Amino acid sequence: MFTFKKLAHAGLGFLAVVLAARAQNLGRPLTAAEIAKLDLTISPDGAGLPDGSGSVAAGAEVYARKCQACHGAEGAGKPQDRLTGGVGSLASDKPVKTAVSFWPRATTLFDYIRRAMPIQAPQSLTNSEVYAVTAYLLSIDGVVVRDAVLDAKSLPLVKMPNRDGFVSYWPPKK
Amino acid sequence: MASGGPEFAAANGLLDRRILLGGGLAAGVAGLAFGQSAEVAGTGSPEWMKTPGRTFSGYGMPSKWQEKVQRPFTPAPGRAGTGSSRTPLHLLEGTITPNGLHFERHHNGVPDIDPSKHELAIHGLVRRPLAFSVENLMRYPMETRIRFIECPGNSGGYASAQPAQTTAGGINGLLSCSEWTGVRLATLLDEAGVQAGAKWVVAEGADAAAMSRSVPLEKCLDDAVVALYQNGEAIRPEQGYPMRLLLPGFEGNMCVKWLRRLKVTTAPVDARDETSHYTELMPGGKARQYMFLQAVKSAIVKPSFGLTMRGPGLYEISGLAWSGAGKISQVEITADGGRTWAQAALGEPVLSKALTRFRLAWKWDGGPAVLASRATDETGETQPTRAAWVSRYASGQFYHFNGIQSWAVAADGTVSNVYI
Repeated sequence: MFTFKKLAHAGLGFLAVVLAARAQNLGRPLTAAEIAKLDLTISPDGAGLPDGSGSVAAGAEVYARKCQACHGAEGAGKPQDRLTGGVGSLASDKPVKTAVSFWPRATTLFDYIRRAMPIQAPQSLTNSEVYAVTAYLLSIDGVVVRDAVLDAKSLPLVKMPNRDGFVSYWPPKK
Repeated sequence: MASGGPEFAAANGLLDRRILLGGGLAAGVAGLAFGQSAEVAGTGSPEWMKTPGRTFSGYGMPSKWQEKVQRPFTPAPGRAGTGSSRTPLHLLEGTITPNGLHFERHHNGVPDIDPSKHELAIHGLVRRPLAFSVENLMRYPMETRIRFIECPGNSGGYASAQPAQTTAGGINGLLSCSEWTGVRLATLLDEAGVQAGAKWVVAEGADAAAMSRSVPLEKCLDDAVVALYQNGEAIRPEQGYPMRLLLPGFEGNMCVKWLRRLKVTTAPVDARDETSHYTELMPGGKARQYMFLQAVKSAIVKPSFGLTMRGPGLYEISGLAWSGAGKISQVEITADGGRTWAQAALGEPVLSKALTRFRLAWKWDGGPAVLASRATDETGETQPTRAAWVSRYASGQFYHFNGIQSWAVAADGTVSNVYI
């Protein structure tokens, strides 16, 4: 073990030398303000969620105008992905994977809508509109109540139906 | 092993792989493969020898006679830039994919990025958040590696109940292999100074989907590259110009194109493309997540659907094998639906996490035959049968398919997809 540790240290030392030789130090320091503008990532714990809030009712209105043409009434799908329904079907012979039945985190819904939707004008919704659409979609299957209002505090607390449905295969099993 | 003389290696006409490695029947195979010479000297030259050819061009294009060699794709109304096009593997040779034929998978079109306005940001759990301009990245030491990229949805059609009657490229063409050159990601992360507790890196693209994936920090510090060049030229817009993440052997979807941001974190973010997509539901309702490695796999591309055999005789069976875990160590071929197998010759050099071309001479007697290939990688993993693969998952799952694939050759020479 001792020898192995010594070897490992020598290896790390060598790696450090190699990395130092490669470093050009040409990165431009980023300010906190620049990072805040760049960073679209929402973590499962809610880190990164912006200010604003949205109700189910407001979301229904946004959905009708900006989402329904692709995702159908109440997220039923067609021509594009089905977003709602299928809750409780995953263990059946005919599993129906939708955003509500399958996705483990409400933060993912917010993150994805904010960065990528609507497809013809991504990143055009206000943060409150994104909260609202998220609330509306979750209300259709009763994941949130009909008078729910989502914001940075309440969204990460939403328990998705398939919250515990994923088994991580990283690192790979031997 | 099988009857019929010393050169046969398995039943139904499979010959010894050494026949392709020099001498033996190789000359015969070449002669048959290339056919007769197009012209006879002395009795009149073709028109193109009697007039000057065309002038130079700034950027060369394939011969107009090759215009049918295209990436098939189906544009979706209203979202033309979402979906994929596939490499026509059955119309290509060797192991390197021409840049114009590398498969595409876009989530909202190909952005037209001005490199002077693009930076790669590294932030999160780092001591010095940094942004790298393209110009500055070009000044770092470069590494060049031949590596495949495969979409984790590739060959998903094989999970369907009935075999899809389409080409080898149609089935397996979300797979390409290039010589990639770029800057080792570990170099840039080291410059930013990764902090204690960091375990993941969230990568993001500058496309209209802001494609985002969580990558284990371990991989980022290992062989990950911020790739700037593909087969010697700047990466094409469809492949991420001006830069993409290259994670050798991992899901193509994680090799984020138009790379603009890397956020170092303690945990994965459960991005849409690592929950909704590229996870497999198992019987019982749980889903496998973070299956990053593209497992050992192979496909025969010649003969294959659409490439009709022209009568009994000597043919070369040829295909591609690859593994995200390392080098291919062995490819076996059957011509009798899996009862007997012969070893194929592997094209040298066999590279880690790259396509390997395999070949085997086949004396087709003109009768029905079922061809299949089975690859093993250097970690000892072998492709499962299709049935074994399908049995692992709930109904309708198709990501990460790596089961054995097979083609039926009929007596009239037509080739169809078949399950064995």
